[in-house]
Amino acid sequence: MSNSVRVSGSLRNRLAITLIGGAAILAILLFFVVRAYAAQIAQKGQDSILGASATSILDAAVIRNGSVEVDFPYSAFSILNTPSDDRVFYAIYRDDRLLSGYELLPQPFLQNGAQQTFVTTKFRGATVRLTRASRVLVGENLRTQVFVTVAQTQDALSVTLNRISRNVALFGVGFFVLAALLSFWATSKTIDQLTRLTTSITRRGPQDLTPVSKPVPAEMVPLVASLNTLMDRLDQSLQRSEDFIAEAAHRVRTPLATVRSYAEATLQRVSKEENRQALRSMVRAIDESSRAAGQLLDHAMITFRADHLDRQDIDFADLVTDLVRGLTPIAEMKDVGFDLQCDDSVKVSGDPILLQNAVRNVIDNALKYSPSESVISIFVRAAPTACVVISDQGPGFPVDQISQLTDRFTRGDNAMGIIGSGLGLTIAQDVATAHGGALHLTNLTKGGACVTFSMS
Amino acid sequence: MKFLLIEDNIQLAHAICSRMGFDGHVIDHAATIRDARAFSATEDYDLILLDIMLPDGDGRDFLKHHREGKKDTPVIVLTARSQVSDRISILDLGADDYVTKPFDHAELEARVRAVLRRRGGVSQTVLRVGNVEFDPVAGTLVVDGTALQLRNRELRLLELLINAPGQIFAKQKLVDRLFSYDDDVSENAVEVYIGRLRKHLKGSSLSITTLRGLGYRLEHE
Repeated sequence: MSNSVRVSGSLRNRLAITLIGGAAILAILLFFVVRAYAAQIAQKGQDSILGASATSILDAAVIRNGSVEVDFPYSAFSILNTPSDDRVFYAIYRDDRLLSGYELLPQPFLQNGAQQTFVTTKFRGATVRLTRASRVLVGENLRTQVFVTVAQTQDALSVTLNRISRNVALFGVGFFVLAALLSFWATSKTIDQLTRLTTSITRRGPQDLTPVSKPVPAEMVPLVASLNTLMDRLDQSLQRSEDFIAEAAHRVRTPLATVRSYAEATLQRVSKEENRQALRSMVRAIDESSRAAGQLLDHAMITFRADHLDRQDIDFADLVTDLVRGLTPIAEMKDVGFDLQCDDSVKVSGDPILLQNAVRNVIDNALKYSPSESVISIFVRAAPTACVVISDQGPGFPVDQISQLTDRFTRGDNAMGIIGSGLGLTIAQDVATAHGGALHLTNLTKGGACVTFSMS
Repeated sequence: MKFLLIEDNIQLAHAICSRMGFDGHVIDHAATIRDARAFSATEDYDLILLDIMLPDGDGRDFLKHHREGKKDTPVIVLTARSQVSDRISILDLGADDYVTKPFDHAELEARVRAVLRRRGGVSQTVLRVGNVEFDPVAGTLVVDGTALQLRNRELRLLELLINAPGQIFAKQKLVDRLFSYDDDVSENAVEVYIGRLRKHLKGSSLSITTLRGLGYRLEHE
């Protein structure tokens, strides 16, 4: 069945890719956000130390004897020590005049009223973080403003940032892996519902067209509802066609039965030989057509059912015994006896309706070709494979045609005068094949045909 | 034997009735389930012949109802349905056997006989003529206290002759009754069975005489 369905992608893959893609984007976003936040915090740490350094220098500035003196403490720079030995630059201005330090150190403009500012800039080929702070000194007849600029390279900071980045990246990858695992789990959980529905429908027998009654998730309700509607319609149309066939058979067979009965009754009364001959031909023609109609229906049913075997565990010996019992009255009419021998229990898994039909056709065949007052032997064997061997004491199969006799509408050359449709052995072979077995035709050395119907 | 035939096709019913009457049976015919219920409520039958598709319902309902009423009259279903599943459901409902339309009357007879024999009911049909006792259901013939089992064709031949003593049966008629239409047999085949019956009837008060050019006749001394 599935080979006729066109496949367009996979729901499972699509769902998994969407979920994993989402997780990847989230992980990358997380990486950048956390790293930026960490960098900001690290920067703030450096800024506060730089600020403290600048402030402690400013605090040391005093006006003595009309001039500005800055005797800044050693600690003003020692607090800036880092494991990476970052370089520190400074400049002290009194108004616009350099008192001490690097003259070329950039002097960012202090906004009106602002005491301190921070910038990141380039100095002597290295990226530095720089702060500038000011203080107004007021002495006798003197009012002056002192500016202190302290800058520090960022080697230690970038080491810290690298470490943070590595950790955040590791964390992001961990998050991604966990999310991916979760998406696989969620995907298979979701698909599981579909798989379960599929299994429950696949496992049904061919005759089971009842609606799906197991609870399904809300999203699958429309699908299951339309599936149920479809099955209902299929059931109805199958029912209709079965009824139609039954009705058609009834319509055809009942008048045939009437004609046959009249012909037979008339045969009892007329004595002119040519009239009797005509009536006999009539009866034979009726038998032929009704048998052909029956066999065609059976063949159609078998073709339909062979694709979807309605397997049941049955005792093949019981099945054959029942069949033989049913056919005994017909055999008695010809004084033909059945010699039935069965192994104790021949358990098989098969479609009982098909098996009955097949074995009945083989026994029917044997009956038709059996001479009066003969015996048909039937052996039901359990080993090596379940099989039934049916042999008669009739003329046997024509040797040169034996391989074609199971073809549709093929009849042996010695079938002349015996009513048949040429479908019986075809039906038996089809059923055997559907059950993984075979139909073997042979002739017995002492005369008579022997048919072995075996199953796997 | 008293049979009830439930069949809505009047012509077919007529043909069955005349054929069965020919064999010495009494048949009541009902064309609907309603009539059939009325008949079966008032009469005891040895056997019921039941059609499935009837104007006022399904014959299987009648069968079910009949069995639920604890009546164990044997039932043979006449069905135009041939599918195996139908046959199985018919037997499951308690029918004893079925024949598929169109049927061979000889087959119907054979099935009737088999069903009656299987049910093992005491045969009320034992015919006694002189020192001969003949039970067509069991197929036994007792001549002067010695019982023997008849083969099917011998049985049918004797049944035919014994039901119409003194009547002449043409060879060809006997062929038609004893052999199915797909057996290509010559009239001489009958002679074999006549010969056997004569042997079985040796020492009895019955004898079969040959009327040259006309046929055979059973005579009672």
